[in-house]
Amino acid sequence: MPVTLKKIAVAATAMTLAMSLGACSKGGSTPASPAPGGSGSSGAAASEISMWTHNAGNKDELAAIQTIVDDFNGSQAQYKVKLQAFPQESYNQSVTAAASAKKLPCLLDIDQPNVANWAWAGYLAPITGMDDTLSKYLPSTVAKYNGKTYAYGYYDVSLTWVTRKSILDEFGIRVPTIEQPWKADEFMAALKKVKDSGKYANAADIATGWTGEWWPYGFSPLLQSFGGDLINRTDYKTADGVLNGDKAVAWATWFQNLAKDGYIAKKSGSDPSQDFMNGKSAFLWNGSWTAVPVREKFSDVVFAPPVDFGNGGKVGGGSWTWGQSAQCSNPEAAAAYLKFASADKYVALVAQKTNNIPTTDEAAKLVPGFEPGGVNDVFRQYSKKFTVMRPETPGYPYIATAFEKTAKDILNGADPKTSLDALVKDINTNQQQYS
Amino acid sequence: MATTVVTDAPASDPVRRARRTTVRRTAGVGWAMLAPAAVLMIVFLIIPILLTFGLAFTNARLISPVPAKFIGIDNFVRLFGSATFWKSLLNTVIFAIVIVPVQSGLALVLALLVNAKVRGTNFFRTVYFLPVVTSMVVVSMLWMFMYQQNGLINALLGRLGIVGPDWLGDSRTALFALIVMSAWQAMGFHMVIWLSGLQTIPGELYEAASLDGASTWQQFAHVTWPGLLQTRTFILITITIAAFSLFTQVNVMTQGGPLDSTSTVVFQAVRTGFQQQQTGYASSISLVFFVIVLAVSLVQRYLTRDKELKR
Repeated sequence: MPVTLKKIAVAATAMTLAMSLGACSKGGSTPASPAPGGSGSSGAAASEISMWTHNAGNKDELAAIQTIVDDFNGSQAQYKVKLQAFPQESYNQSVTAAASAKKLPCLLDIDQPNVANWAWAGYLAPITGMDDTLSKYLPSTVAKYNGKTYAYGYYDVSLTWVTRKSILDEFGIRVPTIEQPWKADEFMAALKKVKDSGKYANAADIATGWTGEWWPYGFSPLLQSFGGDLINRTDYKTADGVLNGDKAVAWATWFQNLAKDGYIAKKSGSDPSQDFMNGKSAFLWNGSWTAVPVREKFSDVVFAPPVDFGNGGKVGGGSWTWGQSAQCSNPEAAAAYLKFASADKYVALVAQKTNNIPTTDEAAKLVPGFEPGGVNDVFRQYSKKFTVMRPETPGYPYIATAFEKTAKDILNGADPKTSLDALVKDINTNQQQYS
Repeated sequence: MATTVVTDAPASDPVRRARRTTVRRTAGVGWAMLAPAAVLMIVFLIIPILLTFGLAFTNARLISPVPAKFIGIDNFVRLFGSATFWKSLLNTVIFAIVIVPVQSGLALVLALLVNAKVRGTNFFRTVYFLPVVTSMVVVSMLWMFMYQQNGLINALLGRLGIVGPDWLGDSRTALFALIVMSAWQAMGFHMVIWLSGLQTIPGELYEAASLDGASTWQQFAHVTWPGLLQTRTFILITITIAAFSLFTQVNVMTQGGPLDSTSTVVFQAVRTGFQQQQTGYASSISLVFFVIVLAVSLVQRYLTRDKELKR
């Protein structure tokens, strides 16, 4: 008995210790904790504002952002920005939690499709007085809601059909250009030739194995290229007619048949780029982020523009953007930072570190590969020419997940028209509350 | 005797007082020891359950500048009209009905095996218990690879000349695949519980039975099985509740697909509440789920208690 009691006591002490330690370390990392040394709010010193980013796991991008912050802090003595990085997986939850506790930082980065939702929810304050600067930005990197600008980003990515010149030559397929992308028939004939040759496990890989935001980002441009859309963009109140009309049904049927006829896998591997490089697929629908590894492997890569399925080629747009919160106690400081950080050299810096498309022409000249005529210039042109933004409505998070589920069902054989009708009904119900 | 009583009497007051303070002190210690668990239970269980009851009748949202409004039973009307909900409920019920006997049966077989007095049982106990201590997410990822069209399982089937299906990608096999994998993962845990039950059965009973000439099967049917009554009830209830709350495997491996064939009630609630931000609607799903689980466990308790009385 005494032994057991002692054991229990020891265990209990250990537990308490562990819990208090846990609490300590938690407390330490809580953003709400006061700044060390109390250097912040004392009137004489620079007033400190905090800035959140999702980049804890992205070393290069975080370093670039830190450089901008250091430059800003060094450039003047009035304000001081303190950067705090979060892991991407829990970033949105952290912001949502902080917003309900009224503890949002002054500055934060936001995934572009969430901007409208957060602006509507009152998390974000509009950015003013930067119209001149932002007019030089790619439209897809300036996040707007209800006519106001809420955030801007340094870069965008584009979608592209990745293939190889040797593959195109072998099957007698035309090399497409931005002026003359493949047409639907041409593309399907090409897929058929590749499939009939039996040389590839899948003629095309459109990354159906990925889950989440990829589905609306990667596949709603295909829908838009058919002439449909996720929502009627005149007032964002209904999806009726655009998401369940003839053109949308044509897209859904085509999408379903891609899998049914064996052109794509219903669920592709977890790393489609790797599968492409290993010769498992001949065409890869993917983001421009895949350019670096694929180029390393093959010298004859072709980054083809989006296929024109009738309504012109389309690609998705919008990536991480920066804005200021509505709960900031020092909006002047936040605005000053946003102005300072929008300079071309910082656009160039972040774009270069992340291998993404720089948003301004001036910055593009500074980033190797993205200068006019450079190897990556095509992505910038695709982005300029083909981008359709994901719907800028507070209902987007709902639309995105509902679309993902329906598209998956369709791919797995659900009736296109019935599924789309149900999806439209759900989206319309959800949109009602935003009017 | 009398003297002792007399000498004791004056002393009894302070003693009693002391005893009373001791009682009070132990009660205090008891409350103090209860406090951490009670606080956690109240904060993380009782309050959320009460909130769920309230939120289920509102249009509350995860992110919204507009305060939640009372909307009566709208959420429930929408829920009971949703095909996905009925499919999820059906999947959950099928999962529970299949997994309860399969998992507890296999766990009992394992327990009987490792309870045998042969060398190396500790090794096998550890091996069977390993999946339990491995994170469900990790186990799900591993099985996802095994279930792939060109994965380990189909490669083995291929050796036997069978062309295996795309286990998780086919709506006819996906739920079955989840059941097999879940049973495998949780079996070890219930094996340990069976094992503890087995070891409470006194050895004399087996000795007596074998003296009476009972065969191994008769020993099992008349000594082991009745001796495991309490354990059985416990296992039945824990597996059922675990089965109803099926979520992790679904979230990692199939996200409810294909065609809702692996969607479950909890998965639907999480998806609605967090990804689609519909807190009110998700609360109504949770409330319905709560009522179902409560009803099932009450029925089970009633049935098992009835048997106890009869014996």
